[in-house]
Amino acid sequence: MAKDEFEKREFKVVGTRVARPDGLDKVTGRARYGADMSAPGMLVGYCLRSPHAHARIKSIDTSEAEAMAGVKAVITRADFTNVPASDGTRDILDNVMANDKALYDGHTVAAVAATSRSAAKAALKAIKVDYEVLPHVTDVDAAMLPGAPELHQGRQQESVPEGFSQNVLARSQYGHGDVDAGFAQADVIIERSFKTAATHQGYIEPHACLATMGNDNQGDLFCCTQGHYMVRNTCADILGMESGRLRVTASEIGGGFGGKTTVFLEPVALMLSKKSGKPVKMTMSRDEVMRASGPTASTSIDIKIGTTRDGVITAATGEFRYQSGCFYAMNGALGAMCGFAPYDLENLKSVGWEVTTNRPKAAAYRAPGAPMAAFAVESVVDEVAKEIGMDPIDFRLKNAADEGTKSAYGPTYPAIGLRATLEAAKAHPHWSAPLGKNQGRGVGCGFWFNFGGDTCVSLMLNPDGTVSLSEGNPDIGGSRASMSMMAAEELGVPYENVRTIVADTASLGQNEVTDGSRVTFAVGLATIKAARHAIEIMKARAAATWGIDAEAVEWVDGAAQPAGPNAGKFPPLTVKEIAATMSNTGGPIAGHFEANAEGAGVSFGTHICDTEVDPETGAVKILRYTVFQDAGKAVHPDYVEGQLQGGAVQGIGWALNEEYIYGEDGTLQNAGYLDYRIPVASDLPMIEPVILEIPNPGHPYGVRGVGETGIVPPLATIANAVSRAAGVRMTSLPMSPPKVLAAIKAN
Amino acid sequence: MKFETPHSVDDAVAILRADPEARVLAGGTDLLVRLRAGHISPSAVVDIKRIPGMRDISQEDGGWRIGAGVSCAEMGEHAGLKAAYPGVVEGAELIGSTQVQGRCTMAGNLCNAGPAGDSVPAMVAAQATARVAGPNGTRDVAVFDIPTAPGQTSLAEGEFITSIFLPAPPAHSSDAYLRFIPRTEMDIAVVGCAVNLTLDAAGTVTSASMSLGAVGPKVKQVDASALVGTICDDAAVEALAAAATAAATPIDDKRGTIAFRKDVSGVLAKRAARIAYIRAKGASS
Amino acid sequence: MSRIHVTTTVNGDAVDYLCEADDTLLDVLRDQLDLTGSKEGCASGDCGACTVELDGRLVCSCLVLGAEAEGRTVETIEGMANGDVLHPLQKNFIEKAALQCGVCTPGILVAAKNLLDHTPDPSEEEVRYWLAGNLCRCTGYDKIIRAVLDTAAEMRGAA
Repeated sequence: MAKDEFEKREFKVVGTRVARPDGLDKVTGRARYGADMSAPGMLVGYCLRSPHAHARIKSIDTSEAEAMAGVKAVITRADFTNVPASDGTRDILDNVMANDKALYDGHTVAAVAATSRSAAKAALKAIKVDYEVLPHVTDVDAAMLPGAPELHQGRQQESVPEGFSQNVLARSQYGHGDVDAGFAQADVIIERSFKTAATHQGYIEPHACLATMGNDNQGDLFCCTQGHYMVRNTCADILGMESGRLRVTASEIGGGFGGKTTVFLEPVALMLSKKSGKPVKMTMSRDEVMRASGPTASTSIDIKIGTTRDGVITAATGEFRYQSGCFYAMNGALGAMCGFAPYDLENLKSVGWEVTTNRPKAAAYRAPGAPMAAFAVESVVDEVAKEIGMDPIDFRLKNAADEGTKSAYGPTYPAIGLRATLEAAKAHPHWSAPLGKNQGRGVGCGFWFNFGGDTCVSLMLNPDGTVSLSEGNPDIGGSRASMSMMAAEELGVPYENVRTIVADTASLGQNEVTDGSRVTFAVGLATIKAARHAIEIMKARAAATWGIDAEAVEWVDGAAQPAGPNAGKFPPLTVKEIAATMSNTGGPIAGHFEANAEGAGVSFGTHICDTEVDPETGAVKILRYTVFQDAGKAVHPDYVEGQLQGGAVQGIGWALNEEYIYGEDGTLQNAGYLDYRIPVASDLPMIEPVILEIPNPGHPYGVRGVGETGIVPPLATIANAVSRAAGVRMTSLPMSPPKVLAAIKAN
Repeated sequence: MKFETPHSVDDAVAILRADPEARVLAGGTDLLVRLRAGHISPSAVVDIKRIPGMRDISQEDGGWRIGAGVSCAEMGEHAGLKAAYPGVVEGAELIGSTQVQGRCTMAGNLCNAGPAGDSVPAMVAAQATARVAGPNGTRDVAVFDIPTAPGQTSLAEGEFITSIFLPAPPAHSSDAYLRFIPRTEMDIAVVGCAVNLTLDAAGTVTSASMSLGAVGPKVKQVDASALVGTICDDAAVEALAAAATAAATPIDDKRGTIAFRKDVSGVLAKRAARIAYIRAKGASS
Repeated sequence: MSRIHVTTTVNGDAVDYLCEADDTLLDVLRDQLDLTGSKEGCASGDCGACTVELDGRLVCSCLVLGAEAEGRTVETIEGMANGDVLHPLQKNFIEKAALQCGVCTPGILVAAKNLLDHTPDPSEEEVRYWLAGNLCRCTGYDKIIRAVLDTAAEMRGAA
């Protein structure tokens, strides 16, 4: 696809703040989420989960459970006789139903379908699992050491040098230049080590699904997911069925943030349904969500940055060690690619490490891998700026990446918005507002790649001139509204005339998961192209009606009209008029577009935060918070703002209080919202969003994805603010009160 | 599991006596969490809220009797109670969310016997008593003596708390409760501290009591005599803080460290004492 | 095990149902009365997604037994609009983009309505503390708080 799609234009619908089409359902309780669907004769399914962090499963005896009243199916790994074709899917199967070993506290080892919750729960208690408990490891640094308890053998890639445990699966290196020569030119070098705790996406809706599967190997699945095509393909591979025989319908989704880009319950529910011959509904409890879905990586990071006295970074290195739970996940590499992405660096060496531990397999979480890397890099950048007495925004501006900069991860940037966000931050009244006692201000930058991927859209003209649009991506933050807006914009019809629905897997071609901040960009692009396709057909119908060449027809303000005086003199034909007669002019009219969308523009943001630290308790209060981010073009500014605000607040939680806490025995100590402390309304000030629009050349309207970048800067921004308020550099997340107080007292 | 709704104290006692596995349901905000999580599986739940008097706040001998079914939100809406014991009410009102407030009770918070129960320290500092009904009739027990260890109480089989009594507050007295939590709401106290003071007409402290939550297996009574004879000046509150820090015997857990909890015990003691003093003085004017 | 017969009022309608002793009010609303607007986010009173009014007072329906509702009145999100006329909060949540995924929205609307019923002019801080038991992971709360404050002002103006 062409890289330079962008065309300047005056917008009529795009950029307005229209009501979303799913709003009414969502304010009245009608909207149907994963757990809200039932089927006649439905059973309920529940999982039995390992209480051990690491244990060999010697045997499982389900005979007593199977004989219990109301119990219709009991399954273990032995029921999954098919070997999935892809390595990735084999790991997913091993994650959703333990193979020979339970690899973390909460790992599913068996499941039951029964006629009631109480019958199912009683059956779970009757299943006898004989475990041989093995030594476990949950900390990334400990897991890397030779002699650490090892989860797997033979999975280490050749990139890993000698001297590490088998838990170290991969090492990847990015950068350019000669860092030794660069550091030799530096006047100031600062080197720091950091740690960050694992966090959970924390979506309020637990995973849920309703599966109907017969012994004819044909099935239907209703579930909350960020990608029902992914669910279909993965489940079909796990169950050994043709994907076309499984239809997946996405429910409304109660948050995902990356955590619903894989499967957990779905293959289990399908297998229970297949075995029982009845529909099976499964929902996770919050405890299960915390113990066995999500989370993100915990990390250990070393950063070294050298600079001249006048503020030019001469060299930088980073070691990004990420544990991603019990299977391979590419997180350390993403951290190594993203951490230094905001900077134009002569000499850089950035290394990512992927490590397994006895924790649930990490799932994506909003710009996966990037926030922790930015925390470490931006903390040292802040310290370096302070050391040479330079304003932290000026220091960043001096080293900021621009169009033409060779990025930290390799490619050379096209037009990017980093400098614009920094300049906007510097000019904003927040940056110069006075601070009080025990208060500190921090700034931080963040980067995310953004993504395109497989995308397929159909746009149907209805006989009355209204438009139906089918897309294949679950609407996680208002995308049905933005697709209707872009279709309306392109067609020249009112927004209200376009209704967008999320089609099931049997109704539209393959679509990539709702991830990578791709939907507004890629599905938007496909929507515009589908609208253009429909316009071409409508122009041809008008041309035929008028008896002129289709090339002699142009599309203006929602109507076909002759393209000039030579084309003939005919009154314009509107969408409504063309639709009314389409039966007689050639039949139904529909536009469609399918592509692996390229041209997603990278995204940058800069955040400013003021904090106050209570020197007696270490408590941190967020006083003021401003987000500056490049959206390329904000299709629906309210929902762009919502992404920036939501990302910032998730980052605030990550920075201050959220963490996975494992006990000595390797079990999760805080598997619930009581002690896994996500921000509540009273913790926060208003979050001011400032949208910048530096058009993405790869999209007709200049759109860039906005969903993920917003969570990248906050960890660093808040750490820089707290460090300045407390007078001591914070290098470990979360900056919970005991840690902050201990740091203050140690100072 | 059975669901029982006795309409008299005697009926409730009879049910509880006959079935030692039965659990009392007041607000349910702890019981139902443990029930659903599978931590308990009682044979019966006995809802005491339909017993006459359980949902009443009434004045008695100049003090206040609070039925075991009174929600903490109802306490916060009671002007007389709030004026007499602002610290007790603020402790009760810190439990959970607005929604939890609509259900949770002080008696339930006490019987849950969690070391961090927010309503307990101020009750103890106020010398509150619990009226306990049981097979042998009723008895009044110091609130301090109800919890014995985490999750354990001194209640005998067949017994349950019917009300809490806060004695008549002396002239020129008041109280305050503060807790430390990582967020601003929704957390369990990492440390809780209540201070209850009585002053003379000139503003000198004549008696003081302090209790701490979440720094031991149960609520702690701490010697607050450092304040007696003072006007709650800096030296006096520093001495009180030192007493609090010294008395705290916390553990390291997911909510805080030993060192942090000991430090914060002192910080909260200072802050709560100052608030209680201002209130007591205000009450005396 | 014999089930308990409960007669109660939900959204103004007399209803009765049979429930197990350990069924929560949320279980009953969702699984028996098909009122799935109230959501189970935690089953421990920490998220507020199941918020309903019980005799006019806010509760987490996950922390109330179904059997306890005997003879009482329950108001859920499904009863908030008057026919096809939305409550001003519902209207403003749509117009002011105060929801993203929408799963916390029913609980927040029920809680916010209860606040405005007795506190027509709340401060921002009051709204934030009142709603502290309603977790939202998408919005950062900003647009929710603004929508509640704007609705309060609008309702005061209309009164």
